Amino acid sequence: MGRVAKIARRTFLIGAAVVAGGAAFGYWTYRRPYPNPLEDDLAEGEATFNPFVKIASDNTITVIAPRAEMGQGISTTLAAFVAEELDVTLDKVTVEHGPASYAYYNAVITEEGGGFYFWDDSRVAEAVRSVLGGVAKVMGLQGTGGSTSTRDGYDRMRQAGAAARMMLVAAAAARLGVRPDELETDNGTIVHRASSRSVTYGEVAIDAGKLDVPDAVTLRDKAQWKLLGKPQPRVDMLAKVTGAPIFGIDVTQPDMLFGTVRMSPVFGARPVRSDLSKAEAMPGVMKIVPIETSYGSGFGVIAQNTWAAFKAAEAIDVEWGKPSNPADTNAIMKTIMDAAAKGSASAMRDDGDVDAAFADAPADRVIEAEYSVPYLSHAPMEPMNATARLKDGVLDVWSPNQMPVLVRWFCGDIAGVPLDKVHVHTTSMGGAFGRRGEMDFSLYATLLAMHADGRPVKVTWTREEDMRVGVYRPAAGGRFRARIGDDGSPVAVDMRISAQNMMDSIMSRWFPSLPGGATDPAITDGSHNQPYTIPNYRVASIAAPLTIPVSFWRSVGNSVNGYFHEAFMDEIAHAGGVDPVELRRRLMANHPAALAVVNKVAEMSNWGETLPAGTAKGFAFTLSFGSWCGQVIQVADTPAGIKLEKMWIAVDVGTAIDPGIIDAQLVSGAIYGLSAAMGQQVTFKDGMVEQSNFHDFDAMRMFQCPDFEVAILENFHRMGGVGEVGTPPAAPALANAIFALTGKRIRSLPLDREVRFA
Amino acid sequence: MRLSVDGKAVEIEADPDMPLLWALRDLAGITGPKFGCGIAACGACTVLIDGIPVRSCSLPVGQALGEITTIEGISTGGKLHPVQQAWLDEQVAQCGYCQAGQIMSAVALLDEIADPTDADIDNAMGGNLCRCGTYPRIRAAIHKAAALKQAGA
Repeated sequence: MGRVAKIARRTFLIGAAVVAGGAAFGYWTYRRPYPNPLEDDLAEGEATFNPFVKIASDNTITVIAPRAEMGQGISTTLAAFVAEELDVTLDKVTVEHGPASYAYYNAVITEEGGGFYFWDDSRVAEAVRSVLGGVAKVMGLQGTGGSTSTRDGYDRMRQAGAAARMMLVAAAAARLGVRPDELETDNGTIVHRASSRSVTYGEVAIDAGKLDVPDAVTLRDKAQWKLLGKPQPRVDMLAKVTGAPIFGIDVTQPDMLFGTVRMSPVFGARPVRSDLSKAEAMPGVMKIVPIETSYGSGFGVIAQNTWAAFKAAEAIDVEWGKPSNPADTNAIMKTIMDAAAKGSASAMRDDGDVDAAFADAPADRVIEAEYSVPYLSHAPMEPMNATARLKDGVLDVWSPNQMPVLVRWFCGDIAGVPLDKVHVHTTSMGGAFGRRGEMDFSLYATLLAMHADGRPVKVTWTREEDMRVGVYRPAAGGRFRARIGDDGSPVAVDMRISAQNMMDSIMSRWFPSLPGGATDPAITDGSHNQPYTIPNYRVASIAAPLTIPVSFWRSVGNSVNGYFHEAFMDEIAHAGGVDPVELRRRLMANHPAALAVVNKVAEMSNWGETLPAGTAKGFAFTLSFGSWCGQVIQVADTPAGIKLEKMWIAVDVGTAIDPGIIDAQLVSGAIYGLSAAMGQQVTFKDGMVEQSNFHDFDAMRMFQCPDFEVAILENFHRMGGVGEVGTPPAAPALANAIFALTGKRIRSLPLDREVRFA
Repeated sequence: MRLSVDGKAVEIEADPDMPLLWALRDLAGITGPKFGCGIAACGACTVLIDGIPVRSCSLPVGQALGEITTIEGISTGGKLHPVQQAWLDEQVAQCGYCQAGQIMSAVALLDEIADPTDADIDNAMGGNLCRCGTYPRIRAAIHKAAALKQAGA
């Protein structure tokens, strides 16, 4: 079967989802240029050149970095794109998130929805990427996710800086009576060397802003980059070391009230009996409001302060309805494992003839295993919150969110306010990891603001509410088998992986009237698209029939499949008597970028050296979000338990824009993955999440943190992301190291159910 | 009720059982200390009371006797505290939400131990959670801050 036919058999899922969403917009057409949202809100003496650049006559240069700053450093990198071409250093620039606007659509977020392998450069793959990127443009989908922001901004924001610079130079040329090509720019000043005259950007900004936007711009050659390719000081660092009020939870407005929510911890259930009288009578409580949205049912409390709201929410006497899913973890996991065993599957990869390869396999050359991972909470440090004000027909929503145009749409809709009267102010985020792509916290603030007589209400969730009434990384299970060949390499690999259909879950919250049912590539993402060449290689996806609310969690399907695929690959290596790194060299020989990463991390970690007794290393590799990442971790057996000593990471990102931030993100992603692998799980009892706070859903602490060494490679010809790519290989690297250390093959996370960590 | 915060007298009307954190944030408008868990498990709300690091989410404001120091009060005369300067130099923060608490714990550590070992750092910082995984840079910044402080920076 041809590649195209195989692709057609998969569903163009993300594309389908956004097209379905886009249908609600209807009139947006692909070619329509979006208006510049900055034009509506210019201050005296300020000019705008495009949706990304404003310059004021006092020389203030404002760059709009329209992606969620959740810690990944994106505001710095996007500002650097503009600054590079505008020819200014970052300290000359003020960076703002800017308004919610279609002009800030993210084309890359949908580009890979076609299911082509990342290394597939065929014309069909490229054409589909272009079409799917166009879908995001048509929808004006402003969103942060999928490790896409740098890739999306790379051309557009450099062009924005270059165009603004050309317009400033043209205005300066007119002012000085010279030709533009006689002028040079130097960090915010335009210089005419021949006459030793100069003007600042601010002096000509108003004139320049009136000029036509140039038809074409020339971008700087990589060799001439002054900022890009080098670590830049983060533009948000000073605010973050001085406790500045930059987060959603810090929003303060005149006359502001405070609030919280108490939503049904039984997903989909309504209150069957409730008594609000005790809560309503508590000091500081102003109003208790029932809440009913596609996210669930419950109550909102408006109070004089957050503490009073928390106490009242706790005092609401309520009995919730019955769960619609199996009530406890064992029954839920059984549903998933049964689906993996017997459910109807779609093959996301099907090379060779797997059934034939197993049919005549000698029993002693076949290995089989079952793997599973639990549901997980995102647990960002800043609990969910938002602030809203509905006054004189205008709705303002201050929200730490990843999807501003959807927040504008959903909140406007629920409040009955037209889109042009809804202002979304996207704040800095105290972590997000995918959680802030949801609309619930913004909707609840809007709903409470509708009962606050025009006063703003800041609605903060307790940590317990955040953890128990959230959206979760789906649990997953899989059945794996391999036939080992005479040389120790696998002849055939067969994977059946089951998890909830995440896109269906998201659609049920975002567009409940639209049908779901398309195959969700996330179920096998990280297993079906890895750069391994195995003659008979099948990865099958089976949707588990459950409706627990699930969503994007840092690295999404890769967080599951990185572990499944790479832990099983380690089993294959041991069964075949081949060194795990050597096995990867064999199986990835067709992919030079992958091979280079494997070799680099092996060299850094001195893989193969004789280790002291009681220490061991594990290896794993995942290609995710366009970046090729290999990790080796060394662990040691100590009297206090297993200690993580050191992790080495090699990553090929294609083009490295900011090595300092990339290093931080790779370490961050790895720690996030290690935290989950070591000890995190969300479990259920009586239809409710059992965990409630950091005492029973903890994460890695300082004293558990290994040393890190990161190498950044730039071999592949396409750029990859960095925010999530450190996460997928972390769990399998650790599990494989623990096998090497203890001989215990742990096939179910978290690992601390089987071993003790120091 | 009168509190002494960052060298200033703060007058508030609060239920004495209200946690200090919410009194600071909602009543006194001091938002530097962050809310993370409400059960003293994450350290985002850490402030110093008479130099001792305290989880303000779990201390009733009625018991917050003594001089309270928050992240907003450690820079003096427009100059960053050496710990803040080290955090800037080492580019520690990612999302930044836990860093007010991390920095306050580090300030207290360096007041007690001028040149802490890695083990001292592990002991002092174990109560401060960071979900972004900035621990390696926090460790480097604490060593840097110790050097800055000793050099009289």
